[in-house]
Amino acid sequence: MERHFDENLQALKHQLIKMSAMSEVMISDAVKSLVERNQAMFAPVWQREEQVNQLQIEIDETCLTLIALHQPAAGDLRFIMGAAKTNAELERLADEAVNIVQKSEHLLKEPPLKSFEIIPEMAVIAQGMVCDSLHSFVNRNVALAREVLLRDDRLDELRNMISAELSAFMVRDPGSVSRALDLLLISRYLERIGDHATNIAEITIFVVEGRDVRHHSDHKVRQASSR
Amino acid sequence: MKPEMVITVKDLNLYYGDFHALKAVPMEVKRHHITALIGPSGCGKSTLLRTLNRMNDTIPSVRVTGTVLLDGCNIYSPGTDVCELRKRVGMVFQRPNPFPLSIYDNVAFGLRVAGITDRHRVEGIVERSLKGAWLWDHLKDKLDQSALELPLDQQQRLCVARLLAVEPEVILMDEPCSALDPLSTARIEELMLDLKAQYTIVIVTHNMQQAARISDYSGYMLLGEMIEFGVTAGIFTSPRDKRTQDYVSGRYG
Repeated sequence: MERHFDENLQALKHQLIKMSAMSEVMISDAVKSLVERNQAMFAPVWQREEQVNQLQIEIDETCLTLIALHQPAAGDLRFIMGAAKTNAELERLADEAVNIVQKSEHLLKEPPLKSFEIIPEMAVIAQGMVCDSLHSFVNRNVALAREVLLRDDRLDELRNMISAELSAFMVRDPGSVSRALDLLLISRYLERIGDHATNIAEITIFVVEGRDVRHHSDHKVRQASSR
Repeated sequence: MKPEMVITVKDLNLYYGDFHALKAVPMEVKRHHITALIGPSGCGKSTLLRTLNRMNDTIPSVRVTGTVLLDGCNIYSPGTDVCELRKRVGMVFQRPNPFPLSIYDNVAFGLRVAGITDRHRVEGIVERSLKGAWLWDHLKDKLDQSALELPLDQQQRLCVARLLAVEPEVILMDEPCSALDPLSTARIEELMLDLKAQYTIVIVTHNMQQAARISDYSGYMLLGEMIEFGVTAGIFTSPRDKRTQDYVSGRYG
């Protein structure tokens, strides 16, 4: 039997997709502002942040109402709880994009330090992780979720590389310290975005399989579907 | 354009002899929405429901003051045609109560009372009504079968079909699922959500979760008073009155 309740769940998915799409554009614009030294990218990020904040409130309200009115059980309950947690992850990763813009605003006032190709590469990976983790969530695709988990390692690796490079740079040229620190922080924000996407992927596995894979609690389940 | 509110209840008092059963109750019923009345046994919710098509008239000791406006006209004003009123505001009861007739004759009953005899027309309305109550596909080949042989939830939906045949504006439902198992209940609930596109529904239910699941507006009643009335999501997530809070969170009594 078709349930009217399923339409509500579908609407919740659409809210999350909208929020995720906005966050992805924010990440891309934030990094573009830095790489292309383009101040015009700042304003859209700030604007989208307000919209994301508004969506966060709306999605929480939807989840609260669905739980209160429908007393969901089993998979429905896991989905709504997962949606509320994913909502929080999306809002925080959008905040990281704002953090990047803040540093970028600062950096654009000074001459470019050096073109760091690692930053755009990190941004592409992080953005892809956000997109795919959210898709895995709304489409109940655990294979994709597990693939997202693996990509996080590459992001950590790149972050360590840039960290080493920037440290060396600071030693060579003390005048560059403030700019290098900003870049270091930006790489940290991108890595955090990957962490939020990882959390969404873990939430997906919990929602679909009912198994908690956070904190590497179960390596087997985390890495491969055994069900 | 018909007004947004089908029914407006103002300052409604009802007495069973000396007993003051409804105390200055207000309520508004919005067109094409489901309004639920909840509250503990004896709070007056069924009494209130029955005032909406003057079912309480049949009880001799009952006295009513205040107004119940149906599309702007007070149904308690002298000269109201009560039969016509009950056609416009139909009722489904707790226990399915099909007549001891065939499925077809149950649905056609109201039409015959209304003097519609054209066979072709009656057949068309019976089919449409059974479809409206999600019964046509099950029953189209056994319309001559006795309605009493149907399972309970189909009997209840047949009672809905019997109402639909006379094209009511408002459907009142008094605990329509309390005799049904959870799956049958779910079917009636889905049917109600389907029906609200064309009709307006007021339901009394003991089952708070049912009110939460299907209604758009809810009224919480206690000892004959309307304690709180509002959007269902608000009543169940952040009620304003402490007594409503206690009831919906299961702390009452």
